[in-house]
Amino acid sequence: MKYVDEYRDPAAARTILSHITDLAKGQHFKFMEVCGGHTHTIYKHGIENVLPETVELVHGPGCPVCVIPMGRVDDAIAVAETPGVIFTSFGDMMRVPGGNGNLLEAKARGADVRMVYSPLDALRIAVANPDKQVVFFAVGFETTAPSTAVTVMKAMQKGITNFSLFCNHVTIVPPLKAILDSPDLRLNGFLGPGHVSTVIGNRPYRFVPQKYGLPLVTAGFEPLDILQAILMLLRQIDEGRCEVENQYTRAVPEHGNPRALEVINTVFELRPHFEWRGLGFISQSALKLREAFAPWDAELRFSVPGVRVADPKACQCGEVLKGVIKPWECKVFGTACTPETPIGTCMVSSEGACAAYYNYGRFTKHTTVPVELTGRAKAPQPA
Amino acid sequence: MCLGIPGQIVEILDPADHRATVDVDGVRREVNVGLVMGDAGGIKVGDWVLIHVGFAMTKIDEEEAASTLDFIKQLGSVYDDEIRDFSAEAPL
Repeated sequence: MKYVDEYRDPAAARTILSHITDLAKGQHFKFMEVCGGHTHTIYKHGIENVLPETVELVHGPGCPVCVIPMGRVDDAIAVAETPGVIFTSFGDMMRVPGGNGNLLEAKARGADVRMVYSPLDALRIAVANPDKQVVFFAVGFETTAPSTAVTVMKAMQKGITNFSLFCNHVTIVPPLKAILDSPDLRLNGFLGPGHVSTVIGNRPYRFVPQKYGLPLVTAGFEPLDILQAILMLLRQIDEGRCEVENQYTRAVPEHGNPRALEVINTVFELRPHFEWRGLGFISQSALKLREAFAPWDAELRFSVPGVRVADPKACQCGEVLKGVIKPWECKVFGTACTPETPIGTCMVSSEGACAAYYNYGRFTKHTTVPVELTGRAKAPQPA
Repeated sequence: MCLGIPGQIVEILDPADHRATVDVDGVRREVNVGLVMGDAGGIKVGDWVLIHVGFAMTKIDEEEAASTLDFIKQLGSVYDDEIRDFSAEAPL
């Protein structure tokens, strides 16, 4: 149990780890952490190094920037380069490469591309520039979709007609189904995402035990949270149970945020299908504006190429997003693809698995860096 | 973006328009609190919330706020980017 001494509450970590080690004897367990935030905790704190060899963690698709396909970036650039347009985007999306460069390069070529913190900032830009068309590049899971929804509702209420949305919101459940249906990967359970679940609650995950017979435990972001969630998964398997459990009750209400779900439903409907980087087309996995909000839909207002662009051959983000390979197994990881010159999305976003590996110096399976643990220590909750 | 950053409500600016000022690790900014106003106890000065892209999305307690801030600070560039974006004025 190397490194455990550096945990703020090493006694709690040891207790949980000894239970994990007992329960994980004689069988190999593969659990997917869905959320990019969990990936960071796991590598920052060397959790893979303290777990028994029989417990393997694989990374999932839970980084909203990483899953945007190249063709959509090209569409964004085409809109941004339309005369009279101010194109607004979160900073994370500015460096994501499409087939035709990224938004920063479009800006350098003369397009009016502006980084915003919030969709409400984009709406303010529209009010301040009535002679321009202001487009907001909406990305993200259910954590950001409610904010976009409220912004579009405000645009409607205030009659702001020079604002529109290039909508790329995705939902978390369909990619989990796609991964479970994929023959590439055999999982024994999931660490459910943290902050997405504060919005959607735990009920949407019930299909995981009900249809696929696997446990899912929604987890917090501290190292002890992750360890405790792994123990909860192993206990379920050991006791023959299979259900959705909530380790992160401090922040995740069982039913999520009903008001946020309501505004999503008011403004958006499911697209018939949407392309995910690495996962391909997944039906009913993304959101588009409802008919009532069509005047604020950039895809109806502007000419969008809508061309599908294949990922660069060398890039293996798809396999990384599906948990089939670890970032260091990708041929270009840390060589041609770095955070400074990213080829794939997983290296661009600070929430991406490759960026997490790279930033913590994990270039191979055996590279380990000693780490310090800070954060609030939590009382152990052994059986 | 997908990870919420914890902040404390320091002023309710306009309850009807759901505008409030929050303090995130010493940096203040206006956010929208409309999505948490229906929570038990409503929303008031001193409450802690998780903020995503300018919207309070979940009420949390002070201890959880401190622990989440610690976690995000450990992520280095994630925290730096978030605070940079959070403190930026809208580029009007």
